[in-house]
Amino acid sequence: MCTYVTTTTEIEGSALGPQGWFDVDHAVVYFDHPQDAALEHALSIDFRQRNADPSTHVAVELDAQSARLLARAILEALDLVSDTAHDRPVGSKGAP
Amino acid sequence: MEDGMTAESITIQGHRGDDIEAYLARPLAAGPFPGVVVIHHMPGFDRATKEIVRTFAVYRYAALCPNLFHRYAPGAKAGDAAAAARAQGGVPDEQCVGDVAGAVSHLRELADSNGKVGVIGYCSGGRQTYVVACTLDVDAAVDCYGGRVVASAEELSPVHPVAPIDMTPQLRCPLLGLFGAQDANPSPVHVARMEEKLRVHGKAYEFHSYEGAGHAFFSVDRPSYRVEAAKEGWKRIWEFFGRHLAGS
Repeated sequence: MCTYVTTTTEIEGSALGPQGWFDVDHAVVYFDHPQDAALEHALSIDFRQRNADPSTHVAVELDAQSARLLARAILEALDLVSDTAHDRPVGSKGAP
Repeated sequence: MEDGMTAESITIQGHRGDDIEAYLARPLAAGPFPGVVVIHHMPGFDRATKEIVRTFAVYRYAALCPNLFHRYAPGAKAGDAAAAARAQGGVPDEQCVGDVAGAVSHLRELADSNGKVGVIGYCSGGRQTYVVACTLDVDAAVDCYGGRVVASAEELSPVHPVAPIDMTPQLRCPLLGLFGAQDANPSPVHVARMEEKLRVHGKAYEFHSYEGAGHAFFSVDRPSYRVEAAKEGWKRIWEFFGRHLAGS
């Protein structure tokens, strides 16, 4: 089935694509038919930069369980860094 | 026996006269031929969709697939364009109808057209086919497992403001529906509701649901491919289009 459900979140960072590193400012996340993965549905994460060439993005497609494991790994990695001063609001880069 | 065909990317005028990319395949034999607009699935204007377009030409239809994602990423690879379209919220139904209208016009204006044009869509394209068949003057429509034809109010959005099933009174051509009995959307319950609506409004339709098949059973490059359902489905398509798109 097509889910049509898409979540977009503002992010700040860099992604490494075929042409090198580029700034990313939002991520598009959805669970729907994949482009490439041999799955009926995949959790897709697309790291993007607004106003960039359409080929300037990095995407992954994961099965649901892998996506949950990844989410857990992300949170575990962050929790290992106990200093909460690392958590800044998106867009506050460089602010004191 | 002439079974050759040509296939190429062209530019057509779509919604609001915008130039958009499209893939056209035509028989090499002498016509006239009916036309078929192929509406691509959610993964986009991709290799598998172009293969379907060429298949229609082998069977003596002029087939044209408009790239509904063209505006979001002109000249981009299919995957990049699909991702760009997704990031911008998807294709509005109004825009899709405009692009398909341009494709229909292009096919009718071909020198070897018999004047008849059908439309077929897969996955999200199946839903869009239903919308098109309720909006444009086409001669036949085939909905291949289009999800969200039956849609709740919560599932509507600015790009999809009306549930296609609510457009059923305006359906203006015969409709063939091909579904997988194991599909979650459209589920057998959804399909039954569509049939009821079509029956109540006295529409010409023909539905087939295939056991052992789910969504995307025509997709030869996906794990959802089901050989028997696809073979039977193609037979239904040829019979249906043969009956409704024959020249007068």
